[in-house]
Amino acid sequence: MIALWLVLLVPLTGVVVLALIGQQRYAGWLNIGFTGAALAAALALAYGVLEHGPLLSSGKMLHIDAFNVYLVVLTAFVGFTTAIFSRPYMLHEVERRQLSARRMRLYHAMYQGFMFTMYAALTTNNIGILWVAMEGATLATVLLVSLYRTPEAVEAAWKYFILCGVGIAQALFGTILVYFAAARVISSTDEALLWDVLYDSAARLEPTVLTIAFVFLLVGYGTKVGLVPLHNWLPDAHSEGPTPMSAILSGLLLNVALYALVRMKMLVDGSLDSDLAGHLMMAFGFLSFTVAGLFLHRSRDIKRMFSYSSIEHMGLMTFAFGMGGALATFAALLHMTVHSLTKSAIFVTVGHAAQIAGTQSIERIRGLIRTQPVVGWGLLIGTIAIAGFPPFGVFTSEFLVLTATMKAWPWLTVPLLVGLVIAFAGLFRHLQPMVYGEPPAGQVAVRANMLPVMVHLLLVLWLGLAIPVFLSSWFSEATILIAGSAPQ
Amino acid sequence: MGLAQLDLFDQAMLLFAALVLFTSFVMLAQVRIVPLIHAFAWQGALLAVATALVAFVSKHPHLYLSAGLGFGLKALLIPWILHRLAVRLRIHHESESIKHPVLVLLGGAGLVVFSYYVTLPIVQLSELTTRNTIAVSQAVVLLGMLLMISRNKAVAQVIGFMSIENGLFFAAVVATYGMPMVVELGIAFDVLVAVVLFGVFFFQMRESIDSLDVNRLNRLREVDEALSEAEPRQ
Repeated sequence: MIALWLVLLVPLTGVVVLALIGQQRYAGWLNIGFTGAALAAALALAYGVLEHGPLLSSGKMLHIDAFNVYLVVLTAFVGFTTAIFSRPYMLHEVERRQLSARRMRLYHAMYQGFMFTMYAALTTNNIGILWVAMEGATLATVLLVSLYRTPEAVEAAWKYFILCGVGIAQALFGTILVYFAAARVISSTDEALLWDVLYDSAARLEPTVLTIAFVFLLVGYGTKVGLVPLHNWLPDAHSEGPTPMSAILSGLLLNVALYALVRMKMLVDGSLDSDLAGHLMMAFGFLSFTVAGLFLHRSRDIKRMFSYSSIEHMGLMTFAFGMGGALATFAALLHMTVHSLTKSAIFVTVGHAAQIAGTQSIERIRGLIRTQPVVGWGLLIGTIAIAGFPPFGVFTSEFLVLTATMKAWPWLTVPLLVGLVIAFAGLFRHLQPMVYGEPPAGQVAVRANMLPVMVHLLLVLWLGLAIPVFLSSWFSEATILIAGSAPQ
Repeated sequence: MGLAQLDLFDQAMLLFAALVLFTSFVMLAQVRIVPLIHAFAWQGALLAVATALVAFVSKHPHLYLSAGLGFGLKALLIPWILHRLAVRLRIHHESESIKHPVLVLLGGAGLVVFSYYVTLPIVQLSELTTRNTIAVSQAVVLLGMLLMISRNKAVAQVIGFMSIENGLFFAAVVATYGMPMVVELGIAFDVLVAVVLFGVFFFQMRESIDSLDVNRLNRLREVDEALSEAEPRQ
């Protein structure tokens, strides 16, 4: 219980402390310290849940079960390793771009603020607070996207703000409709937004209202997941902000938005007899998967390219969650984990690559392996992992998704495979010259901290070779929660 | 059922809902910045009155708090902030031209009809006497979006955004006697932070593209890259 509150209080303290002294050179270390403490608390929390089962705080404010506790740990872990990367990277950026002390204070405080909103969204038991936290995540990160104040950065931030703001307003309307349906069957109106109460009485909720509500929730949270056609903000926000931001946006925010969507699907499934929610998610997921795969070919900016890859993978996860069933859900949970780890590792590497080349333009990043082998290899291996090659974990989860598709929707397997090949080709046509090509004269290595990348990629490799028992039993438990049955 | 058969409260409620919807249309047609902000403030005030009315009739005292909060935030504080920003940015005398004003208004009318159609199943379920207004709140949300789409000035877009928030607030009040207090406070906090951030953005936009016209924000895209290659980045 204490661990649960600590997970929330540590980043909140971080906001205050770093808002005051975030401009100091040692602020990067403080940032690492706060995220590290949150990680320790998250691990303690996970251990507690593993031992004693789900948790409901007094007053029913917070709720922890198998589904969200593993996301809390994942969030804390990626937040921690990205903070390790962020320290030297931002010091370099301060010199290169002349960032003022105020902006560094803002950066560090909002890094913690973003982590706080993520934990709040994950742990809350109230679907209204879930919405508030998701909106809070936008507010915390929007000024970070425009941190460099270039016209592109301001444009990206404005788009991000407006699109996500309007999008997520739809989710609020959906939440109000859920509340409307719930208030009719749950006597205490103060409890009608609480997840555990709603979940228990889902079968009594009015199906017509929930159907309309889910459409709004899908559009709202789907905007934050980056589902096509609501994805326009994502490549911009990822490419123009500081790289640590891209890593945690891609690795964490998208996951948490998808988490919110899946929670809502669980509610709607309980109320409706049909698979309407699942089918909608499948359609949007599949569309995102295909469109983003095609856009990979057109990208000219390395960070934009990998953000399209994020859209593609989020689409695949949405598709798998939508398909439902034990196997697909298990695969989606695994994919969430390996995608987060791999993608944040890639963004870290890309950040270094862009500092080496002095640009993010794919055409002008050349010969990374010769200039700085560790960055070149990191990018190569990371991309191999994200493209779904064995023996990495992404292969395992994509294989499971394909297997599940073959069982439930055999005719969808072919377009899915074609989509994977298209995405693979899109990544590698750009990657090859960046890694191997002739380095331009005068290109020198930068101080790079590749430790987080290696740790992430090793974990992904491990998950590809063998999923540890405690993790697979954890995923199974979450799968039972979401899909109703355990994978065989 | 004719209007005259409804009791006094329902009639008053419908009147206020209609007035709120009317302010949405006023905003849609208003091209000058300061009157636009005033229309937005009026909408906030009308919402607060409607909320207080619901609170009085349904005997939900916490709705008085929401009404007060709404009035302070949406009728006073946010319009005041926007007005001050407009003066400081020297855009308070500006007006913009809408391309097809009649079409926009007709589109708005269409959206109202559409909202009535969408909310039909919900309206039938509602036991509240104010159920007719669910459709109106949905319409206010959609009109806010239309406002954002039809304008190019950043300030007008922000007002559209806030007007969407107004519609949602109205929906919560008329559909369910408001959300639980903790959620409502959270939402109010988010809205307030959003306005402050929007203010910061106006200055950042002014600084970087020397204009508050969002049409000038057009550098980031996949196709037509020749444009950005002509001016290499960094």
